[in-house]
Amino acid sequence: MSVSERDKYTGHMTTGHEWNGIKELNTPVPLVLLVFLSAAFLFALGYWILMPAWPLGDTYTKGTLGFDQRQHLAKQIEKNDSEQSRWIDPLVQLDFDAIQGNSQLMAIVDESGPALFEDNCAMCHGSDGDGGRYFPKLNDTSWLWGSDPNVILQTLAVGINSTHPDTRIAIMPGFGAAGVLSAEVIENLVAYVQSISSSHNTSIEQANMAGKEAYSMYCAGCHANDGTGNSVVGAPNLTDDYWVYGGDTTALTATLTHGRKGHMPAWDKRLSLSERRILTLYVLSLNQSVVTGDKP
Amino acid sequence: MTFPERALATRITLLMLGIGLIMAFAGHDIGFRLQGAVVVAATLATLVVLFLIRTQPEPSPQELTYYYDAPIKAGIYLSLIWAVLGMFVGVWVALLLAYPELTFDYAWSSLGRLRPVHTSGVIFGFGGNALIATSFHVVQRTSRTRLPDQLSPWFVLLGFNLFCLVAATGYLLGITQSKEYAEPEWYADIWLVIVWVTYLVLYLRTLARRQEPHIYVANWYYLAFILVVAVLHIINNLAVPVSLLGSKSYSLFAGVQDAMTQWWYGHNAVAFFLTAGFLGMLYYYLPKRAERPIYSYRMSIISFWGITFMYMWAGSHHLHYTALPQWVQTLGVTFSVMLIVPSWGSAGNALLTLNGAWHKVRDDATLRFMMVAAVFYGISTFEGSFMAIRPVNSLSHYTDWTIGHVHAGVLGWVSFIVFGTFYSLVPWIWHRQRMYSLFLIEVHFWLAISGTIIYLIAMWNAGITQGIMWRTYNESGTLTYSFLESFVAMHPYYVARAFGGFLFLIGAVLAFYNIVMTVRHMPIEREVNKDIPVGLMPVQSGEATA
Ligand code: HEC
Ligand code: HEC
Ligand code: HEM
Repeated sequence: MSVSERDKYTGHMTTGHEWNGIKELNTPVPLVLLVFLSAAFLFALGYWILMPAWPLGDTYTKGTLGFDQRQHLAKQIEKNDSEQSRWIDPLVQLDFDAIQGNSQLMAIVDESGPALFEDNCAMCHGSDGDGGRYFPKLNDTSWLWGSDPNVILQTLAVGINSTHPDTRIAIMPGFGAAGVLSAEVIENLVAYVQSISSSHNTSIEQANMAGKEAYSMYCAGCHANDGTGNSVVGAPNLTDDYWVYGGDTTALTATLTHGRKGHMPAWDKRLSLSERRILTLYVLSLNQSVVTGDKP
Repeated sequence: MTFPERALATRITLLMLGIGLIMAFAGHDIGFRLQGAVVVAATLATLVVLFLIRTQPEPSPQELTYYYDAPIKAGIYLSLIWAVLGMFVGVWVALLLAYPELTFDYAWSSLGRLRPVHTSGVIFGFGGNALIATSFHVVQRTSRTRLPDQLSPWFVLLGFNLFCLVAATGYLLGITQSKEYAEPEWYADIWLVIVWVTYLVLYLRTLARRQEPHIYVANWYYLAFILVVAVLHIINNLAVPVSLLGSKSYSLFAGVQDAMTQWWYGHNAVAFFLTAGFLGMLYYYLPKRAERPIYSYRMSIISFWGITFMYMWAGSHHLHYTALPQWVQTLGVTFSVMLIVPSWGSAGNALLTLNGAWHKVRDDATLRFMMVAAVFYGISTFEGSFMAIRPVNSLSHYTDWTIGHVHAGVLGWVSFIVFGTFYSLVPWIWHRQRMYSLFLIEVHFWLAISGTIIYLIAMWNAGITQGIMWRTYNESGTLTYSFLESFVAMHPYYVARAFGGFLFLIGAVLAFYNIVMTVRHMPIEREVNKDIPVGLMPVQSGEATA
């Protein structure tokens, strides 16, 4: 069976084995392959000598370079921190007025704000702060809690209706579900609320007086007599044309019947103070760009 | 199958039916019950087939002295069905990344559930069936012997497909172990162990019956594939089920040990499932088709041992810069770099085998499929060794570059070798003069190569862009780009990738059509098959089965 023969094309001998017509040549391993194999092995050997490599019981060969990825990372972080402290220190120490007056610090806010916002806030507030249903718009001038930077900073730290012990609490009671108001009163209230909002052109006269009376009794305490809201309890302004939960009759009826309780996470454990301060100023700048009309 | 084999087959199927019924009616969670329903449906279908063939005569003594090709034929069809299905879901998943609304708001069509249907569908369904079918073919021909019995090949083939089916439907239901390429839960894993051990025993029994003095290289690779996959699968899937009637289990490993076990498995799944098995295929069908001797027996040997030895150490290159101790990463880098040599040894051996047959490569699209496969095998292993170097990996890791690399392997290498093989094998075992349409093979070749190239270029660009965007800093040391921006930047590449994948899918559909038409419309010609006949040892008709 084992009969070697010479392959006409390559001139090499076969091994003499055959499997269903397949034969093999006995060609020696090409030199390049052996050279590459040795080169690759030498590379590996060098690497093993220089770097942590082989386990030895409960320790390992440390390598002659003494390189350790954890120490290397710690050093890199330290270096970055010390470089950044140049602007982080003033950013956390100065008050907002002073920062806003400092063009160098504001340049850092401008270049770092967008990515921070998109990575942490855009999924709820939209990448331009445009908001959406259930999530307030941040690039306008109507604020639930006020436009003071320190107020915004506090909101970012503790969140709203969040798990933070000092969270801000914003509860719109569910008057219908709690049995406080009947469906009829709610209907009147909806008509009244629409009449004072600039998003509807029904006038106060057209709305019935029952609605107005119920409003001063049940709602004015939080939303103010004139409906302009109260930033101490986070009660929104009802007279403007912006709605978080919708201004049509169905949405308003749902708001008054079941109440609302939006959730804004607390960020004090996830973002550093300097990052929260950058975001505060960035959120405010979104707002100004709406006023002046140019994009951030 | 002989009558005793049919009786045994019926008993095994009834047992499985019983298990399926228990799962379906006593299961604690709805997912587990539906999985039971899948088992019930599959076993009932098997019983119907067994009933229909009950009166067919037993194989004649004369038939028993010829090769057993029926399970190979079934395996080819199953492989093609999974190919079309898996690649279709692949195109869908690709489109989802560009147009997320294509989930149509169902839970089952979310990316997290469809993606494993795609990966398992093509790797296990398409690749696995192709490997099982061709391994049965190669081991019989190169050992000049018939498979030792008629039942265990069917058990292996159909059992494996039941595993694939349970896995894929499970993913849609949200059942997963969250281990990549090892997502199926404990009950599917146990079933696969039974199937796979039967496969190993069957393969060894066939080799033991061989009528040739030596074992051909292709069989070393198939055997390595079967043996190592068994070991990998068992160890990585060690887990404790919450309940024997529920789908959830908890892995025996935790933390960094779990990660290392998973990627030791993951990388060797690449090495032994997606590489060793298909090298076995290459080593048989390429020289057969080219009608040339293997260039160098000695290169085969060093490549085989190089690949089997070195791959085992390389898994940690999936975990660079993580909590994994650095020395483990070092071993991963160095063995990955050394791996390039035996890998190129195999690719080179294949290409040099074509010396003297290059005119055939030009004229014969089937052989060209195999030639391109060897080239892409060389490309993806070079790329892999490069990406395993830590600083390179720090750019490529977590990006679509990895996806590009994977697909150089699975499209360019694995799929090309399978299609080249099928186009050769189908006329041989069905005794046809040639494939139904040589023109369609040519069209398929060009669709597949352009699809692959579009895919790869899109993903290389996408990956490098992502990697660079993620590490671009402002002067102040803060990040310039948000993750969202890097994602938005991917959109054009994702669209291009979906298009490339679509071309590849069309090619697979053409292959399916062409193969079906060959079987249905090409005249049978006995003398086409130039196989050397089986050696003189007849099969005992009642031989025990696994
Ligand atoms: C999970 C969704 C979510 C995320 C993420 C989120 N917010 Fe909010 N945010 C809200 C909701 C809801 C409210 C309104 C809560 C309420 O009063 O009912 C809100 C309120 C606010 C307010 C108060 C608005 C006002 O008119 O007074 C500010 C400021 C704010 N978010 C800024 C941010 C910033 C900056 C981030 C990123 C660090 C962020 N939010 C991330 C949901 C979110
Ligand atoms: C306890 C204080 C409180 C009282 C009383 C109260 N509200 Fe509110 N209301 C809130 C707060 C806080 C919110 C914001 C809730 C949020 O965003 O989570 C709110 C939200 C709303 C909204 C949704 C605004 C939008 O932008 O979608 C409407 C409408 C509203 N209130 C109307 C009323 C009316 C009408 C009454 C009287 C029946 C009333 N509220 C009584 C505190 C109150
Ligand atoms: C010398 C041989 C090879 C080496 C050294 C190698 C190396 C690598 C590396 C470094 C990664 C990226 C890991 C990460 O950053 O996450 C990877 C991923 C991958 N490679 Fe390879 N590769 C090789 C050959 C192949 C081949 C031939 C195939 C396919 C047939 C393949 C399929 C894959 C797959 C599927 C992944 C993705 C794993 C995941 O899902 O993250 N590789 N390989």
